[in-house]
Amino acid sequence: MDRVAIVGIGQTKIEAAKERQNYPEMVYEAVKLALEDAGVGIDEVDNVVTTANDFWDGRTISCMPVGGVSGGYDKNISGVEGDGTFGAFYASCRTRSGSYGTTLLTAHSKGSESRKITPMITNAAFDPIHARCLGLDIVTACALQARKYMQRFGITEEECAQVSVKNHGNALENPNAQTPMNITVEDVMKSEMIAEPLKALDISPISDGACCMILANEERVKNFRTKPVWLKGVSFCADAFQLGDRDLSECKALEKAAEKAYQMAGIQDPRKEIDVAEICDAFTYQELMWTEGLGFGKKGEGGKLVTSGATAKDGDIPVNPSGGLLSGHPFIAAGMYRMIEAVRQIRGEAGGMQVKEDVKTALAHGVNGLCGQSHCVWILGSE
Amino acid sequence: MGKRAAIVGAGQTYHKSIRRDVNGQELINEAVTRALEDAELTIDDIDGVVIGNMDHFEGINYVDCWSIDGSGGFMKPTMKLCTGGTTGTTLGIGGFHMVASGMFDKLLVIGWEKNSESDTTGAIVTATDPILDRGVMAGALAGLAIEASEYAAAYGATPKDAARVSVRDRKHACNNPYAHLRKEVTIEEVLSSPVISDPLHLLDMCPRTDGACAVIYASEDVAEKLCPQPAWVVKTANRHCYSRFSDIKGQTGMLSLTTAAKELWAKTGIKEPLKEIDVLEMYQPYSWGGLIWFEDMGFCKKGEGPKYIWDGVTDMGGECPTNPSGGVVSTNPIGATGLIRCAEIAHQIQGKAGDRQVPNVELGLATGFGGCFWSDMILYSKKKPA
Amino acid sequence: MGDYWRDAENMIQPGRIKVPYTWQAGETASHYLTRLRDEKKILGKHCPKCDKVLVPARKNCPFCTVPTDEWVELSGQGSVDTFTVVRKGNAIQPMKAPFVYALIKLDGADTGFLHMLGEVDPETVKEGMRVEAVFKEERSASPLDIAYFKPIG
Repeated sequence: MDRVAIVGIGQTKIEAAKERQNYPEMVYEAVKLALEDAGVGIDEVDNVVTTANDFWDGRTISCMPVGGVSGGYDKNISGVEGDGTFGAFYASCRTRSGSYGTTLLTAHSKGSESRKITPMITNAAFDPIHARCLGLDIVTACALQARKYMQRFGITEEECAQVSVKNHGNALENPNAQTPMNITVEDVMKSEMIAEPLKALDISPISDGACCMILANEERVKNFRTKPVWLKGVSFCADAFQLGDRDLSECKALEKAAEKAYQMAGIQDPRKEIDVAEICDAFTYQELMWTEGLGFGKKGEGGKLVTSGATAKDGDIPVNPSGGLLSGHPFIAAGMYRMIEAVRQIRGEAGGMQVKEDVKTALAHGVNGLCGQSHCVWILGSE
Repeated sequence: MGKRAAIVGAGQTYHKSIRRDVNGQELINEAVTRALEDAELTIDDIDGVVIGNMDHFEGINYVDCWSIDGSGGFMKPTMKLCTGGTTGTTLGIGGFHMVASGMFDKLLVIGWEKNSESDTTGAIVTATDPILDRGVMAGALAGLAIEASEYAAAYGATPKDAARVSVRDRKHACNNPYAHLRKEVTIEEVLSSPVISDPLHLLDMCPRTDGACAVIYASEDVAEKLCPQPAWVVKTANRHCYSRFSDIKGQTGMLSLTTAAKELWAKTGIKEPLKEIDVLEMYQPYSWGGLIWFEDMGFCKKGEGPKYIWDGVTDMGGECPTNPSGGVVSTNPIGATGLIRCAEIAHQIQGKAGDRQVPNVELGLATGFGGCFWSDMILYSKKKPA
Repeated sequence: MGDYWRDAENMIQPGRIKVPYTWQAGETASHYLTRLRDEKKILGKHCPKCDKVLVPARKNCPFCTVPTDEWVELSGQGSVDTFTVVRKGNAIQPMKAPFVYALIKLDGADTGFLHMLGEVDPETVKEGMRVEAVFKEERSASPLDIAYFKPIG
């Protein structure tokens, strides 16, 4: 199989509301940054993939105005609907298929534009015949999952709160994060209870943000000035849809995706071989669940991973040194932001977030659907 | 270098205005079941699922996740592609790239739409820029009416010329058991049908349909073992040029199709499409497209479309049978429409097209249309590409 | 070209998408909802391949993709599998906070049933609690024909 590398990255700051930009302008900013980063002009880009979501954008064919600002005019262009990691998958396929040497991909979300009705957007993910009228949204659905997971394994709210403390604290070193904060477990425990056991500081904000990556195959990599970050392994997997069809305390889809991604990348002991992981912590309990699913610790021991400091920036398996989604969550772009942060780590350009000098292997993760129904796992490497 | 990829099986639903007997999931499952039967595979043989539709037509978010019951994506890689009207061909192109990349050996690709579940025009209007365009946009029709008017003014084509295209497609649909509208129309009937947006009559236009289509792409490692005649993808090209409907001015043809076609012919070495392409399934949502876009792709010179249509060149038995399935004016479940073009071409190449079979198909072309005058093109062949 | 645009006022334009939807339930869900409305019965459907009883009734099994066969009448009783007490409500929820969402393992079914609990003090809800469906007087073939599930002895 052809090798493909990430050779350009660009991201806007993640903010509660970017009032001076509409969403195509946000994407344009990210694209310009990526081209500057890569040191090339738009002509070096053979084709474009955009990642968007009609519901979050409030527009049918919401990828329409993004094409032009991504340099898609007079080029082959396509659109993915789903998290940025899935967009990156398709973009990598196009770069490997023999049809294109370089692919530019974008992902964006302007959550502020729908702030008044945000629950309706994720409520729309529920089946219109059987479940929508029950009025659940992503928060109440994840509360059900959080409770099941925590009850089954004896995970405490304090352990979840530690994730919030860690990630908001990590964000202090991230100039692009929306909510860097110096907080304590007590602050999290005292924050407003939304749906038990999820409190305000257990939940990621809804944000505005756009990001862009440029991929190149082995032949074209030399046209770029950046240190290439290679796509070593990837897989994604979707579990059953209806919440009642799954055991919500399990993340089988993640385990399967991780297994295949590790296989493709030749990783046998993820805890030892992965230097840093950027994963989707839309809710504090999810970081614990996903670190277990990724094999960083035994099932049910996610709490220990955070309380022992293993997932801290200076731990042996740092998770979300960028601050993760808890510090800024533009849905849809979320997974691509994770990939970009992982790229920075491998390039040694993560500044105050850099976990160590020589990061060889990084993991990036994205989620689609409710309660982690569908996961995408990326392994990125320096070689 | 990527792998070569081919369609080894395809299936579609019996398309209707309203499929009251099934919900969206079940509609999808119908097409999936037929595609698997056609390819003689089970869902367990499939490595991944890619699905697409236009969100606002059914009002369901994260359709790739929601459709698991029907798509068979349980514990498989599943994702969604969507580019508006071109979604179907975007899926046809996406399926190809994903298999050609080596990431999948057998990929199930599904396009579907239950247009009856919403106000189609109301949903389409939300495609426009909310600040600058939405106040004046009138859905999909307005842009097409403008294109037809400009073309007619430039080349003298008449509504009668366009009506002949509708007559052709509706006649072809009578050979297609899956088509939505299976009744012939006459020139007089088209011209006396109500004018919706001058110069477009009701019978110049495509219907709204509930339907789904599924195809199975396989890589060269397995395609020939799976079926006696895979339909190989030669090359794809597309252009999604415009974002604002107000950017389209003085258009006597579709820029995106003209440039996509130029790229496709250059990549494939085709010099005379009319001679070299054996069958054409066009995403032609209105009759005038059968004139204008036929020219834009280089099948004939600009302005000469009517002559070719009247001469029967695009009828069954002609030099380049177009829309043997009845095309989009006979069946239009939007998210599936483009993929149906791919499925029809695949069956033409495989000799499975029944009463609508064109003899001796070596090369078949599927095109997609949508969004703001966007175009997709996929060339399929009987012979495995070099 | 001046920099005047930098001082331009940020304009925010409110908008609403008005797209009405009518979802067809299909034969299977229609039958399921009709029995809910007319007989106050919750029906599951059996998968011949994995032998599971799926609720709400589906035309095909989400795990096996094959068509389901037998209809299975459920008693409407079950146990709470997991739940959450909503403390801060929002406009799309049918009940006012504090109220309880729950996934309920109905007796005789293999998949969880998503709904709400009622006639219960949220502080007393526990996993394993036995509950029973309470139907509304006026029903319209909707999942909300079940008002909530209440605790039973």
